[in-house]
Amino acid sequence: MDSVIQGRVYKFGDNINSDIIIPGRYLIYIDRERLAQHAFEVLGEGFPAKLREFQILVAGRNFGCGSAREQAATAIQGLGIHAVVACSFARTFYRNAINDGLPIFECPELYPDVQEGDTLNIDLAAGKIRLREKEYSFPRLPDSVRKILELGGLANYLKTQLQ
Amino acid sequence: MPGYTIAEKILAAKSGRSSVRPGEIVDAYPDLVMSHTATWRSVSVMQKVGAKKLYDPDRLAVVLDHIAPAKTEKNAQDQQVSRNFARTNGINKFYDVDAGIAHLVLMEHGHVAPGDLIVGTDSHCTIYGSLGALGTGIGYTEVASVWITGKLWMKVPDSFRISLSGHLRPGVFSKDLMLHLIGSLGADGCGYKSAEFHGESARELSISERMTMTNLAMEMGVKCAFVPPDAKTEQYLRGRLEGSRRYQPVQPDPDAVYEKDLAVDLGGLEPMVACPHEVENTKPIRDVQGTRIDQAFLGSCCNAKYEDLETAARILKGRRVHPNVRLIITPGSKEILLEAAKTGVFQTLLESGGLFTNPGCGACAGDGGILADGEVCLSTANRNFLGRMGSSKAEIYLSSPATLAASAIKGVISDPREFF
Ligand code: SF4
Repeated sequence: MDSVIQGRVYKFGDNINSDIIIPGRYLIYIDRERLAQHAFEVLGEGFPAKLREFQILVAGRNFGCGSAREQAATAIQGLGIHAVVACSFARTFYRNAINDGLPIFECPELYPDVQEGDTLNIDLAAGKIRLREKEYSFPRLPDSVRKILELGGLANYLKTQLQ
Repeated sequence: MPGYTIAEKILAAKSGRSSVRPGEIVDAYPDLVMSHTATWRSVSVMQKVGAKKLYDPDRLAVVLDHIAPAKTEKNAQDQQVSRNFARTNGINKFYDVDAGIAHLVLMEHGHVAPGDLIVGTDSHCTIYGSLGALGTGIGYTEVASVWITGKLWMKVPDSFRISLSGHLRPGVFSKDLMLHLIGSLGADGCGYKSAEFHGESARELSISERMTMTNLAMEMGVKCAFVPPDAKTEQYLRGRLEGSRRYQPVQPDPDAVYEKDLAVDLGGLEPMVACPHEVENTKPIRDVQGTRIDQAFLGSCCNAKYEDLETAARILKGRRVHPNVRLIITPGSKEILLEAAKTGVFQTLLESGGLFTNPGCGACAGDGGILADGEVCLSTANRNFLGRMGSSKAEIYLSSPATLAASAIKGVISDPREFF
């Protein structure tokens, strides 16, 4: 995980649930690429391809609610998304994202100011997000959680623990 | 020093602490780790990280419920991996594709007791709170991690106290109570919280109704939900609990600290329906009655228990399902199906025009009974998300089993109260 994440934003509304992120019929897959082909496809044809033009997702409240399917986080990573910034996350998605190595940030202040296509700059160490000239802060992740993200997810973390 | 909530007490006990407060992060050791159809994925994580040994095979439960029996070759192979894993590792709590939905199977077979901490590969693990256990969902990688290390980090949640008073009127059920709550609080109205249902009126509700409540609580974002254990809990557990297993029911202290206090008068509730495509999009029955339905699905861990089937049968007895409606009944478990066969509920539902599928998740997980473009389904499940039951051009409404049965007869969403 890089300590600075920069990219163009795609913006979603509230309550984007995990059935929208990846429909249940694709849970037979666990690899990023295959899942990404179907990520958000219920929102319309061409949606997965369109999202590949963005690197950061911004969402409203309760992103990732619903099913505990870990593939929601995996599919988002497969699209080439480097981070998700939301007003709030559903707790199962929050854990799964960290365990899958997908950086996520809660920052409700940013939401009204940001638009599709904007560029965000996220500085993990400083706990700051920059949009144009304005800075927003987000709560620092607990050290144990940061460690998992730094290693790219819980599986890699486990590997180091078992050695 | 103020007292403690149920979640605080259980998390303290499972992390070897004398007490914990909301916001603290603890290393907790679950009593049970449930994995369902996702088991093969956790097995692949174990292989990837090179782990050979389980922390304690007796703490694992594996139930093959979603898409069971296998629909495709890929499903069959995945199930084979799960089955072989259970065999080679001596997992005693292994239930194959005949058993039913993991949540119901584990409770019926006595693997859930008050005070337990249970994690699993399913968001509706919150249902275990109907018996006073802390249940919560995690992903398959984390399940593998708990298999190996025996523990996971957990944040101690704040708690909400929901005090129930009055009595449900005929034709109104705990499903309606929950749809009312989800509609008024929103899909994240209880986000990250532990919800406790209190009051004499909560104690009057059957264990089956409590299961519906703690299951659906997930749809307002809870981490876990509880009905404090009482005599009804004890009665349910009698004869079910494994071997000589003893338990200490965990009760909240009278001076426990709640972030919010909510009160609901059950007597003031009416039948509710969740409209497409979010559970929080709830309306009283009068605002949606008359909506055409093509399929009625009586299924899921939320509302395909014996009592739910019995309620539907009571309404359908001597009546016919509308010719334009397919009534699909997927019992929650084999035990439920057996009971329905014994009491005649099975026959009544069949004779009314219903179709039975094998026990399991069925159409709720996109198995037998999915929808075509433009179709409308009324379902007793817990989610109506876009595309969840097949076509993303189909619509799903959610209701109680009584509303479902009344609507199946009329061919349109209908108020069940005229049948009571
Ligand atoms: S019945 Fe539906 S909600 Fe319950 S575990 Fe199965 S798929 Fe999930």
